[in-house]
Amino acid sequence: MTAAAPPPPPTPPSPSSDPVSAASPPSAKAPPSRPRRNPRSASRRPVRAAAAALAVLGLAVLLVPPLAQLDQQLVELRSAGLPPSLEHPLGTDQVGRDVLLRSVYGLRVSFLVGLVAALASMVIGGLVGLVAGSLGGTPDRLLMRLVDGFTSVPHLLLGIFIVALFSPSPAAVVVSVGVTHWTTAARIVRSEVLSLRARPFVEAAISGGAGRGRVVRRHLLPHLAPHLLLATVLMVPHAVWHETALSFLGLGLPPHLASLGNMINDGQRSLLAGDWWSSLVPGLFILVPTLALGVLAQHWRDRLTPRLRSELFQ
Amino acid sequence: MKPVPPPAAPRRTAVLEARDVTVRYGRQVVLDGVSLTVEPGRVTGLAGPSGCGKSTLARVLALMLRPSGGAVTVDGTAVRRWRQRAPRGLRTAVALLYQQPRLAVDPRLTLTEIIAEPLAAAGRADRGRVAALAAEAGLTGDLLGRRPHEVSDGQLQRACVARALSLEPRYLVCDEMTTMLDASTQAHLVAVVEAYRERSGAGVLAVSHDDALLVRWAHHRVRLGDPGDAAGPSDHADPGK
Repeated sequence: MTAAAPPPPPTPPSPSSDPVSAASPPSAKAPPSRPRRNPRSASRRPVRAAAAALAVLGLAVLLVPPLAQLDQQLVELRSAGLPPSLEHPLGTDQVGRDVLLRSVYGLRVSFLVGLVAALASMVIGGLVGLVAGSLGGTPDRLLMRLVDGFTSVPHLLLGIFIVALFSPSPAAVVVSVGVTHWTTAARIVRSEVLSLRARPFVEAAISGGAGRGRVVRRHLLPHLAPHLLLATVLMVPHAVWHETALSFLGLGLPPHLASLGNMINDGQRSLLAGDWWSSLVPGLFILVPTLALGVLAQHWRDRLTPRLRSELFQ
Repeated sequence: MKPVPPPAAPRRTAVLEARDVTVRYGRQVVLDGVSLTVEPGRVTGLAGPSGCGKSTLARVLALMLRPSGGAVTVDGTAVRRWRQRAPRGLRTAVALLYQQPRLAVDPRLTLTEIIAEPLAAAGRADRGRVAALAAEAGLTGDLLGRRPHEVSDGQLQRACVARALSLEPRYLVCDEMTTMLDASTQAHLVAVVEAYRERSGAGVLAVSHDDALLVRWAHHRVRLGDPGDAAGPSDHADPGK
């Protein structure tokens, strides 16, 4: 619904409104209108915009909560459902809470949960891939069938099942996303380990007397790190979407906690009453950082690959 | 460079030996019942057309490839486990030099770290020893801080030679060690290996398709047959040379 929605309202004067006004450019600026002088700098424009958007959002997430000291349980029914105004730059929700302020809080919670969940899935997947790739043979086959098994179940369904075992809490979401999303990392790491193990420099290290641990530590992990880092970065928005989906279904974070999923869930109920802002704004808060991270991740991958290629085939 | 006369005939057991080695890649038979002996203090030349399995035999002798049949013994010790599972002492007794130094070094490490690797893995890293090895292989000190992409193939192969010599292996398997290099670097690297052989009495297996080099370098030559040829190698069986 966010893709077809109108752009955010005109820039309000409040200092805490910076995230949205600065965050919208990446999608709006992507097709450059000015004549290109240098194709290199033109191709960098979306990257710069994405980095700027992430920096602004990151600063907002870091600085706003300590300054605002928002009581998440506080409601003010007198100012319920107000459209954007000077006092509430992006309006208020049905119980009078400031949408912009809550969105920043929601972004903080969602990305924290997303980051931890992404890291958890990378650690699990990395270990499985490393073991499968470096041992080979039967352990490899067993682990890969396990991966196939996990992949064959729709992971939202499995996630819901796992979350249902716990009460709604950030930890439950982390476990749910971590347990369902490690398979990608396992596949990436395994294939990379297999290709590394066949390369002569790893053989040279083995021939030089390096033990298993040393080969992994010194020759495999440093080469895997960029791939894992990239996979983690790409996994963060995905994990946020899952957190959002679970919260939207009422299974994720507790309802009083300002998470983006909770806010969209709350907001959609008042959508028919003309209150578009209370679900559009948190939606944009998901969309913009996701797009920005995607642009940055692609940029890093492009930078990473030619360098590796030139090292290999000089 | 003339072949240096070999020392007195060694005891028969103190050799690196492959007996009836068979290697298959899938259904493709690469080596079929090949036997080869590398004696200490001598240079054994292994010749043959490209694709005949020279490098495969070299990897088998360096314990880096498990053959599907046959036996390998290192100084009388039969090899039962291969690659990572082979005992450290056996793995490091046979050093392997590769044709392409670019692929044989970790691109992230500096030359110093590359040379120091086997020493560090053995738990006795020693900067002085690394510098001495580098000097022995003809690397100047300013190169040692560089990474592989900042040096030439020849310089990189010198680092590989220094690395191979660092643990004083009893056998050196040089798999087309000088094929990618210019004549002067080639001569120098062969001289470095020769100096080590004379000093330590190590056995050298020189694998090359360059017969002229093997004629000058090796004490005796073995020719591996054409691909699919079931016949094992025989001494001086190359009518072309």
